[in-house]
Amino acid sequence: MAEIKIDIRGETCPVPLVETRKAVRHAEVGDIIEVTGTHPTSRKEIPMAVEALSLTLLSNEGTDTEWVIRIRR
Amino acid sequence: MTQEQKASPEQATIVLHSGDMDKVYSALIVANGALAMGMEASIYFTFWGLQRLEKGGLEKGPLSKMHLFGLGKWMIKQRMKKSNVAKLERLMNDFKTLGGRIIACEMTMDIMGIDADDLRQDWIDEYGAVGTYVQEARKSEITLFI
Repeated sequence: MAEIKIDIRGETCPVPLVETRKAVRHAEVGDIIEVTGTHPTSRKEIPMAVEALSLTLLSNEGTDTEWVIRIRR
Repeated sequence: MTQEQKASPEQATIVLHSGDMDKVYSALIVANGALAMGMEASIYFTFWGLQRLEKGGLEKGPLSKMHLFGLGKWMIKQRMKKSNVAKLERLMNDFKTLGGRIIACEMTMDIMGIDADDLRQDWIDEYGAVGTYVQEARKSEITLFI
């Protein structure tokens, strides 16, 4: 199982969602994707995408302007 | 079962009739959002929108309001740069990377005298007409006319 880290600090809509999706596509089932970002709305919307893609949200930590979301494919 | 594993995932179908810069942004942002959230997405480039598929044409559209002979567009572009908004070229590349489909309207090509050689053929998946759109739109959960 691999851990894929993406850093999208400073990026705004729709890049955080898009980069998360690209990372998920590259991941194998069971891999963990760790997304670090600063865009407040994406902190709410990445978990929506996680649900829509039937992935597992492991954690969503930090503040709205500096957060880390961990996802398992 | 994930969206990816389903036989026919949900779909977003967008008609991009406008060639205005801000509306091209709207189309590509919504389409990328749909792809990012597990849907399929198609954009039909027609009329003024088709001009944005011309080589070097993607960023060339005016602002739909307050264009002010280019001054308004320049100001908005400065603001977008400051806010780190992605360029249209990047959004288009992401759209293609995530499996988005581009359909170019053949009738518009005839009307405007645009040849396939004038267009970014590396982006275009299909040259179509209204029947192609209707067939995709009838099975889409989201359809937009921009």
